[in-house]
Amino acid sequence: MDTNHSRRQLAAMKQSLFDQGLLDEQFIQLEELQDDANPNFVEEIVTLHYRDSSRLISSIEQALKERNLDFNKLDTLMHQFKGSSSSIGAKKVKAECNLFREYCRAGNAEGCMRSFQQLKKEHAALRKKLEAYFQVSRV
Amino acid sequence: MKSSDAVSDQFPAGLRVLVVDDDPTCLMILEKMLRTCLYEVTKCNRAETALSLLRESKNGFDIVISDVHMPDMDGFKLLELIGLEMDLPVIMMSADDGKSVVMKGVTHGACDYLIKPVRIEALKNIWQHVVRKRKNEWKDTEQSGSAEEGDRQPKASDEADYSSSANEGSWRNSKKRRDEEDEAEERDDTSTLKKPRVVWSVELHQQFVAAVDQLGIDKAVPKKILELMNVPGLTRENVASHLQKYRLYLRRLNGVSQHQNNMNNSFLGPQEGTFGTISSINGIDLQTLAVAGQLPAQSLATLQAAGLGRSTAKAGVPMPIMDQRNLFSFENPRLRFGEGQQQHLSSSKPVNLLHGIPTNMEPKQLANLHHITTKGSFQDEVTSGIKGSGGFPSYDIFNELHHHKSHHDWDITNPGLTYNASQHANPLQEGLQQDNLQNAGQHLNPLLVDNSIRVKAERIPDASSQTNLFPEHYGQEDLMSALLKQQEGMGPAENEFEFDGYSLDNIPV
Repeated sequence: MDTNHSRRQLAAMKQSLFDQGLLDEQFIQLEELQDDANPNFVEEIVTLHYRDSSRLISSIEQALKERNLDFNKLDTLMHQFKGSSSSIGAKKVKAECNLFREYCRAGNAEGCMRSFQQLKKEHAALRKKLEAYFQVSRV
Repeated sequence: MKSSDAVSDQFPAGLRVLVVDDDPTCLMILEKMLRTCLYEVTKCNRAETALSLLRESKNGFDIVISDVHMPDMDGFKLLELIGLEMDLPVIMMSADDGKSVVMKGVTHGACDYLIKPVRIEALKNIWQHVVRKRKNEWKDTEQSGSAEEGDRQPKASDEADYSSSANEGSWRNSKKRRDEEDEAEERDDTSTLKKPRVVWSVELHQQFVAAVDQLGIDKAVPKKILELMNVPGLTRENVASHLQKYRLYLRRLNGVSQHQNNMNNSFLGPQEGTFGTISSINGIDLQTLAVAGQLPAQSLATLQAAGLGRSTAKAGVPMPIMDQRNLFSFENPRLRFGEGQQQHLSSSKPVNLLHGIPTNMEPKQLANLHHITTKGSFQDEVTSGIKGSGGFPSYDIFNELHHHKSHHDWDITNPGLTYNASQHANPLQEGLQQDNLQNAGQHLNPLLVDNSIRVKAERIPDASSQTNLFPEHYGQEDLMSALLKQQEGMGPAENEFEFDGYSLDNIPV
């Protein structure tokens, strides 16, 4: 096992995630919290986030199916989702959240739906990348 | 480290923090960060749980950090309750950094406001709030003999623009503003450092309210209240700080009612002003009464009517217990005011809740109450279930009601006061408002103009949910808040300040 290699690979992966604008400073904060007592802290947090956020995504999805969209409710749900996403440093997802909320405030149903689809994509894509990242980190 | 200890060797290590956030991810991160700061952390994801924890272990925490948006209770409401019941420093957090929300934190007494995602640096210095609060309490103790109401100047330390880790130090403006609003109000809002923190039990609060009622709102100064209460070990500072909070509550209630009045001008005509107060009182009273269990059925009905203001309670007759029960449990099965309370009522020592309240409460007044409280949307303030303690006895409701009835022109004229409208002493009104009383009735507008403080719904849902009568969870404590909220929800316009609790603007003149 070439730990140096993995470490370099890990660093490169992380750098890439940052370069692509997928992660921000908050992720670094999480990494700094990682210590001997919690060696997998970041992974645990990310896992927890994805588990919890799937619930929010379902709620939003449900809400978007309503005939008359309740923009206030959608905005509130998205606010929660945004809070959670920003806590793991999900930069791009957070930006999509903001966009979605703007559409909510404008009462733009079409915009909301589109934005939400995009958001889900970003959310899922980041998850895959982070999973790969953690896999390498465990090597 | 005991909360009463000034400083221990390891301080701030070991600082006992209670963190409340419904988002599990954030909660876990915060916990880890706080532990890294060597604080002793307790986390919970519901405001109600937090309140229970705080109540069970009154001196078990040094500081509370809470999210603004939570499903079971609005963070600001929690903030107020903690301030009133435990008098602990509370830091609010949110991903929302809008000016109005931050302002809300200020007006509700948060000692700091952190924007999420919170960085560990922001948490490293939270201990300063604990120290500062104690320091202020200590100062209050030292100055105990000096200033009475009206004279006390805000302590310099209060106004010091300390910079919290997460803000630029502009947070202190909140205190400044509060001072200005309070005018001559007692400044100390913390229990004394040297003395063990006073636990304002239901009974103690009842005694407090009774004393305030007896003195009359314009004469209810801490010193006299203390004398009347005659509770060994209680200091003037304890009373003063509690009085301040009480006023805040009343103010909020009053403000809310104002809004409500505006909203419901249909049924109130000239008595709009009174309604405002009633609503507020109701909130407090209901809680208190419920808690105290000493509320006679009649009072209870009144309170409920006032507090609930349910549209169903439009009858001009006092609600029978049955109705009361319904009122409360309108949307919240947990809120069994009528029935639950009745039992409680019998258990406590006989306190005359109606102390100070004219006994000629008429059905009409009740009806007014109904009206007042009906419109508002009880926000989810109501949190915990009805508890036997923790509420604020609200004899005042009766007083308020009575006063309202007689003094239509009451209106909140003083930003810092709940109602000063009439000359008549409103037991609820603190003595500070004496000067206001003079002008009260006639000066609604000026005040409104001056302060541009307006009661505003605390949250978006609130503002829009005027028809949302009863939030999910009601607790006794929540009645007060609910009333406040309800009224707040009514407030349509938004002022610069958008204080939730102060509804000076809407006082119809």
